[in-house]
Amino acid sequence: MIQSALAMITRLFTGATPLWKGCQPEIRPRIYFANHTSHFDALVLWASLPGEVRSLTRPVAARDYWEEGFFRNYIASNIFNAILIERKRPTRSNNPIETMLNAIGEQGSLIVFPEGGRFSGPDPVEFKSGLFHLAKKRPDIELVPVLLDNLNRILPKGEMLPLPLICSVVYGAPMHLEPGEPKKVFLARARQAVMDLREPSHGSHSS
Amino acid sequence: MKLDQELMWLTGGVVGLLVIASLIGWWLAARAQSDSTREVIANLNARTRAWWYMTAVFVLALASGGIGSIVLFGVTSFLALREFLTLTPTRAGDHRALFWAFFIVTPVQYVLLGVGFYGLFTIFIPVYVFLILPIRTAAAGETENFLQRIAKIQWGLMICVYCCSHAPAILTMLDIPGYIGENGKLLYFFVLICELSDVLQYVFGKLFGKHKVSPVSPNKTWEGLIGGVAVTVGIGSALWWATPFSPLQAAGMTLVICLMGFGGGLVMSAIKRDRGIKDWGNAIRGHGGILDRIDSLCFAAPVFFHLTRYYFMN
Repeated sequence: MIQSALAMITRLFTGATPLWKGCQPEIRPRIYFANHTSHFDALVLWASLPGEVRSLTRPVAARDYWEEGFFRNYIASNIFNAILIERKRPTRSNNPIETMLNAIGEQGSLIVFPEGGRFSGPDPVEFKSGLFHLAKKRPDIELVPVLLDNLNRILPKGEMLPLPLICSVVYGAPMHLEPGEPKKVFLARARQAVMDLREPSHGSHSS
Repeated sequence: MKLDQELMWLTGGVVGLLVIASLIGWWLAARAQSDSTREVIANLNARTRAWWYMTAVFVLALASGGIGSIVLFGVTSFLALREFLTLTPTRAGDHRALFWAFFIVTPVQYVLLGVGFYGLFTIFIPVYVFLILPIRTAAAGETENFLQRIAKIQWGLMICVYCCSHAPAILTMLDIPGYIGENGKLLYFFVLICELSDVLQYVFGKLFGKHKVSPVSPNKTWEGLIGGVAVTVGIGSALWWATPFSPLQAAGMTLVICLMGFGGGLVMSAIKRDRGIKDWGNAIRGHGGILDRIDSLCFAAPVFFHLTRYYFMN
C-alpha cells in the first residue's frame, strides 16, 4: 500500500517512464544493474517496475549507511525490503554474494549499482566484481543493464532541493557470463552495456 | 464568468466536431488495409481521444470561473517548462536558477495574472527575471558556456511561461466595453482557433500535402498551410458573434492567430530537430508532449492579447 503510493508519487514527480528496450518486465530471477549518480536512483528504478515485479525486487544497499538511525533503518527494511550488505568488512559469515543469492531464490530480483558508490562523472566508473561472482554462481539469472538518465540533474551532489525534470529508465537486453570469460572482460562488457543504452541526442549535463 | 448561451453553442459545436472525428476515425480503422495505414489511423484515433479529454478539462476549468482556467494554464506552463528544460543541456551550477524558474517565477507570473496586476505581469519575466536569474547563476560560479546557458533558461521561461500566460490573461486583463463579463468566450474562441488551425493544417497536409514549406519539418506543407488556414479563417469569421469583433475583424484576428501559430510550430520544430528528437515528451497520447500541443498557442497568445487590448479596450 505505502509502496504503491510511493512508487506512484515518484513516477509523477520524476516523470520516470520505463523504456523496455531489450526485454519485458517478467517475474524471474534477474539482476538489474544500473549507473549510480543520485540518491534517487534506487527509488526511481524500483518505482518504474510494474507492481507485481516490484514486490519481488529488492535493492541491494550498504549496511553501514542504511542501518544508521531509525529513519533510514525503517525505509530500508519496511519500505524497500532492501538487502543490506557489508561493504567494509566482508567475512565468511556475512558474505555479500551469499546473502544476495539467497534473496534471489527462485523468482526474486535484485537492483544493484556495481560502481559501488555515487559518482558524478559523465560515464560510470569501473564496476566492482560482485556482479561477476553472482553471474558465475547462478548462470540462470538474467543480468539486465539499466540506464538511469537525467537523474543527476534532478538532484546533483550537494544540492538539497530537487528539480522537477523528467528522467528516463532504459532497460537493455539481458546478458550472461560467457563460458570462460575473464572477470575484467565481463565487467567491462557489462559497463559498456549500460552506456550503450544512451540515446545519442538526449539532453543531460554537457560536460 | 457566466456559462451563457453562446458558450454552450461553442461547446456544442466542438463536441459535434469530435463526434464526427471519432466516427470517421472508427470508419477509417475498419477499412484500413496496410500496416502503415493502420498505424496512421491508430495515431489519428489516439489524437481524437486525447482531444475529448483536453476539451473536457478546458471546458470544466472555464466553467469553474476564471480561477480554474488560470490554474489549468499555470500547470500547463509548469509541465511545458519541465519538458523544455529536460531536453536542454544545463550544468550543475544552474541548479538554483532552475529551481527558481520552476517554483518562484512560474507561480508568481500566474499570481500576477490572477490578481490582475497588469503592469508587473508584462515586465516581470522580460525585465526582472531576465536580470536576476543570470546574477544567481553567476554567483554559483560556473562560467563555461555561461551566455548559452542563461539564454536557454530565459528562452524557455519566455515561451513556456510568459507567452503561454497571455492566453488566460484574456480573462483578467481585458475590459472591453460592451463585452464585460464575457471574456470566457474570447478565451474559448482563441484556444479553439489555435487548435483548429493546427488540426486542419494537419488534415489538409495529410490529404493533399506535397510541397514542404521548410526543410525544418516534413509535416508542414504549403497545401496544409493554405488549406488549413483558409478553412480556419472561414470558421473564425463565422464565430464573430461569440467575440467583440465584427465578422471581418474576426477573420483578421483568426488569420493572425493561424500565422503566428504556424510560425510557433516551425520554431519549435527547429529546436527539436537540432536536439535530434521528434516530440517534446509523451504526456499526451498521440500528440507527444505538452509542448507539442501548445507551441502554436504560445506564439499566438501575446500577439492576440495585445492586438485586442490595443484596438478594442477603448
